[in-house]
Amino acid sequence: MSQVVAYFPLILKGMLLTVEVALASLLIAILLGLIGAVAKLSKSRIAKTIAGAYTTVIRGIPDLVLMTLIFFGGQILVNNIGEKLGWDYIDVDPFIAGVLTIGFIFGAYFAESFRGGILAVARGEIEAGYAFGMTPIQVFFRITMPAMVRHALPGIGNNWLVMVKTTALVSVIGLQDMVYNAGLAGGSTRKPFTFYCVVAFLFLVITGFSDVGMRWLDKKYSVGVRKA
Amino acid sequence: MDVQVIIDNLPLYLQGLRTTIVLVFASLVVGLLLAIPIALLASSKSKWISALPKAYIYFFRGTPLLVQMFMIYHGMGQFEAVRESFLWVIFQQAWTCALVAFALNTAAYTGEILRGTIEQTPYGEVEAAKSCGMSNAQIYRRIILPSTFRRALPAYGNEVIFMLHGSSLAGLITIVDLFGAAKIVNARNFVPFESFIAAGIFYLAITFMIVWGFKKAEHHWHAYLRPRES
Repeated sequence: MSQVVAYFPLILKGMLLTVEVALASLLIAILLGLIGAVAKLSKSRIAKTIAGAYTTVIRGIPDLVLMTLIFFGGQILVNNIGEKLGWDYIDVDPFIAGVLTIGFIFGAYFAESFRGGILAVARGEIEAGYAFGMTPIQVFFRITMPAMVRHALPGIGNNWLVMVKTTALVSVIGLQDMVYNAGLAGGSTRKPFTFYCVVAFLFLVITGFSDVGMRWLDKKYSVGVRKA
Repeated sequence: MDVQVIIDNLPLYLQGLRTTIVLVFASLVVGLLLAIPIALLASSKSKWISALPKAYIYFFRGTPLLVQMFMIYHGMGQFEAVRESFLWVIFQQAWTCALVAFALNTAAYTGEILRGTIEQTPYGEVEAAKSCGMSNAQIYRRIILPSTFRRALPAYGNEVIFMLHGSSLAGLITIVDLFGAAKIVNARNFVPFESFIAAGIFYLAITFMIVWGFKKAEHHWHAYLRPRES
């Protein structure tokens, strides 16, 4: 027990990083998801094909493979480009690599949730927007987006929970998140089970807080909707 | 792109492919066998009976598979009682550790899927069975479980794909599955693009086959839901 107390600050520091990675990835994933959803619903065949390939391929390959591919491969890619442009050797930051990878992966999942949400928005509301003389971009940001969130929220919530758990993989590319730090603590105290248990519990804490947050968001975006 | 490296290492990839398939299949079978009693208990109306399976489901669905696997692979050696018992045969090897972790994990996810479908069984069907004079066990065996499995099929297909992707974690604990093979090829030849993309293509191909298989299965088992073909 005293060992857990001694190493707890280290684990908490890792937890902070876990949350940082998750939130930063969420930002990228939402952005990519919106672009992907709009591309999938657009009339352009090229945009549709690219978005379709993106969501299919990403969801068909394990995140661990994608992460190592982007981390190790990205390192070479960046330096090959850098060599041509005459840069010095660049070390790819594992935080950036991890966040980009997780954001890139979950963008595909968010694209599907958003697509469903956008399809659920009443056609008449969008038409009303056009009737007021709004441009397509105005219609998207003023009408489709806010109305879509309510329908997409359950999907967003699920994706977020899966994403939080996926952040555990960044320990593989050397980021010192709480799984990595638990490994260190477990190794030096020879009590790995205890420390992984602590980490598992902390993941449940994050999940619990997320549930509260999701319920709050659901309430906020369902104002004006009557429920049975 | 250096395709030659991949061709040279094809036997290693095929060995990894075999390990991945065996590992996933074994985990799914064990997981499904565990999931059925878990789902039956979790869907019980008595809070005392459903509490424990529900807690099990909550824990395994709420924490990363990586942490669960490390708890078993790195963690079990911490206990002297485990090290001195027959269980050590299981927890000593990476392969069985991965199998135990994956099976427990998929049992929780599958259990939750089945719990949902059991609870959503139309009550009229149960009532009809009761009025035909079936016993409780008969109702479960003849009415609830067959329709449960049928309705769980689409969600279970997702879970199978999820397990396939999760199984790549086995490559982190010295097992040479598809990901482990890619790691070896990358370490020997320093070709991260080629090695991991090759593994990705294998995974993608298996994923497509699973999707196709479940489509076929749904076509067969959900035949009564299809609009009539004239």
